[in-house]
Amino acid sequence: MKLGGQIVTFVIAWAVLLLLLGINVLLAYQPIGGLHGFVPIGIAATQAFIIMAIFMKLRGRPSLKWVFAGAGFFWLMILLGLSSTDYMTRAAWPL
Amino acid sequence: MSQRAAALKPEMQYADLAQQGETAQLGMWIFLATEVLFFGGMMAAYLAYRMTYNADFDAAAKESVIWIGSVNTAVLVTSSLTMVMAIHAAAERERQPIVYFLLATAALGLIFLGLKGYEYVEDYNDAVVPVLNFHPKEGNPGAVELFWLFYFYATLLHAVHLTIGIILVFFMAVRAKRGAFDAGYYAPLEVVGLYWSFVDTVWVFLFALIYPIGRSG
Repeated sequence: MKLGGQIVTFVIAWAVLLLLLGINVLLAYQPIGGLHGFVPIGIAATQAFIIMAIFMKLRGRPSLKWVFAGAGFFWLMILLGLSSTDYMTRAAWPL
Repeated sequence: MSQRAAALKPEMQYADLAQQGETAQLGMWIFLATEVLFFGGMMAAYLAYRMTYNADFDAAAKESVIWIGSVNTAVLVTSSLTMVMAIHAAAERERQPIVYFLLATAALGLIFLGLKGYEYVEDYNDAVVPVLNFHPKEGNPGAVELFWLFYFYATLLHAVHLTIGIILVFFMAVRAKRGAFDAGYYAPLEVVGLYWSFVDTVWVFLFALIYPIGRSG
């Protein structure tokens, strides 16, 4: 197999994913206060973006795939967003 | 022209093989969008309870075995690399590398499941398995139990998805060995690759929700 540009991209993506995993684990033991609620999710979202863009080949020219991937993301945001606004604004929760 | 290449014609509803391949990938993306909501519902429930019982979830999460979770994340990320390398080999019509990369992918998936099984045994020994052996060391037992219920439901459902992925990857390896992708049409491999990397994506979120919280105090 020839070592082409695409393979180099895959290997770099893999290395960055492992680096982000390492950062996630290291930060878990650091006193970063309230950020502990957001940092792991932020790192996971970055890892997911890399996997989808490079390993699942969403990058490149616009394609119909973007519509379906985007629809999944859009509905997930509705699910999480509307659920969160409910729970965050309940005056008496837990009952 | 070889017999296999001559037999490579698109199904009647497609103009050519490229369109047929694109359509197959679109079908998988539609399925994955439904899977996003499948796992998303569970994650929404987790987030609602974590907002409510934050300290108890922190207390519960620090009992999870982070080294196994981390090694498993590395294993799964590496399996996504071997999967995409198999697809790359198919694009270059190199039969043996396809088979090797697919077998490596399936083997990494099995390693993940093996480590996960070992982790469940550790969880049992740590008395954090609801119903079977549950004696939390700290926190409100009811809230701590909610965390562990999420943990087991989510990781078991993920393991079911991964098992299906391993079977599909192994099936693709057998097809590749028989030369099914020699003629340059490898859409089935790309479709399985999409599924595999999606299962990997779900795991990086599960890792973030389960392992790195509650450890800095």
